[in-house]
Amino acid sequence: MYEGPVQDLIDELGRLPGVGPKSAQRIAFHLLAAEPADIGRLQDALQKVKEGVVFCDVCGNVSAETTCRICRDTRRDVTLICVVEEPKDVLAVERTREFKGRYHVLGGALDPLSGVGPDQLRIRQLLQRIGNQVDGKDVAEIIIATDPNTEGEATATYLVRMLRDFPGLTVTRLASGLPMGGDLEFADELTLGRAMSGRRVV
Amino acid sequence: MANLYRDTGIVLRVQKLGEADRIITLLTQKHGKVRAVAKGVRRTSSRFGARLEPFGHVDVQFYPGRSLDVVTQVETLDAFHVSLVGDYSRYTAACAVLETADRLTAEEGEPALRLYLLVTGALRALAAGERDGSLVLDAFLMRAMSIAGWAPAVEECARCGEPGPHRAFNVQAGGVVCANCRPAGSATPSAETLRLLVALLHGEWDVVDALPTGARRDASGLVAAHLQWHMERQLRSLPLVERTARPVDG
Repeated sequence: MYEGPVQDLIDELGRLPGVGPKSAQRIAFHLLAAEPADIGRLQDALQKVKEGVVFCDVCGNVSAETTCRICRDTRRDVTLICVVEEPKDVLAVERTREFKGRYHVLGGALDPLSGVGPDQLRIRQLLQRIGNQVDGKDVAEIIIATDPNTEGEATATYLVRMLRDFPGLTVTRLASGLPMGGDLEFADELTLGRAMSGRRVV
Repeated sequence: MANLYRDTGIVLRVQKLGEADRIITLLTQKHGKVRAVAKGVRRTSSRFGARLEPFGHVDVQFYPGRSLDVVTQVETLDAFHVSLVGDYSRYTAACAVLETADRLTAEEGEPALRLYLLVTGALRALAAGERDGSLVLDAFLMRAMSIAGWAPAVEECARCGEPGPHRAFNVQAGGVVCANCRPAGSATPSAETLRLLVALLHGEWDVVDALPTGARRDASGLVAAHLQWHMERQLRSLPLVERTARPVDG
């Protein structure tokens, strides 16, 4: 045990995900030796992350203003909405550079085992968005991009049931199958089965 | 590697661990509840990630670790989750099955063969989707409570053992109570509701199907109250179960 502030810092750092006691100690001593200006910047960043970050009114993504950059961008297609679980998933889809529509962040997946039901997610807001026109245009397609695990699939099923009665709305689900650069023989039977049932004509 | 062991089990719960690992809670056939680490399963390149999802019925090989065992190989026996996620109401019922099984097995490593067979049967029935998911869940909950030693009294009086049928139901007393033992504040469900409880506990599905569907809601309420009173805790998944009488979701 170190004395006072050093030990406090190590304890606090140790609470962060992926930081064990040894890493916490290493970071603490690095900070102790760092220039005051560097510490100041870190302090600023920490403070702003709690005070300066809000959730976008429209899509629920993390944002610096009331409406996020993607929802403000007029060049993006307002008739396409990609539904994801978490803000990090928005970034993952953005990295593909394949999608030019807008997003809707649910804030998780339906997981009764953790007490998460439809009312805990931003599903009602999604239905409202579909009901309202944006720039005189209706939403034409909802792409459900929840995780391909049990909770994500159940969430997709629930959404499909809610959305299928909207007139003129196409609901799609991300394809699932084999990772690029992989070997067929190492694929597990569930993934390979999905890839087989979701095969397409070329 | 002589102390490797192998068992079949149902995945009850998964928790994230570190960067890409998961802690998997399984209800196994021979070793009861086992908590084990599955390394790297959250990576897309993982070879057994999809097999260790909740509701999966799997054949697993474990390597005993210092605090938690480590999963070394997995083979799927029944992929119940594949069909369960296709119907939201059956999915929520199956979640309640898993949570109950997890709560009823307090001790790790203590064999719980009857519960394992019951959970497997309930998930198989839910995945097949031939019966109302809500009824399968209620039948499971009553039988699981019986295995745990908290069988609801549905025929004889819970206090004095007087043979029924009785009219009052008291959760604290442990089931139906006769006119003499009846504590104040006991519920008086309809005769159909009580008949339904008996039929569900004994698996008399032809009787269940013949009874009016109106009794199902009351029976579910009594089962849930009995379960949560005797387990001394609320189940998180139970209020989220979709109790619709809709037969099969498209």
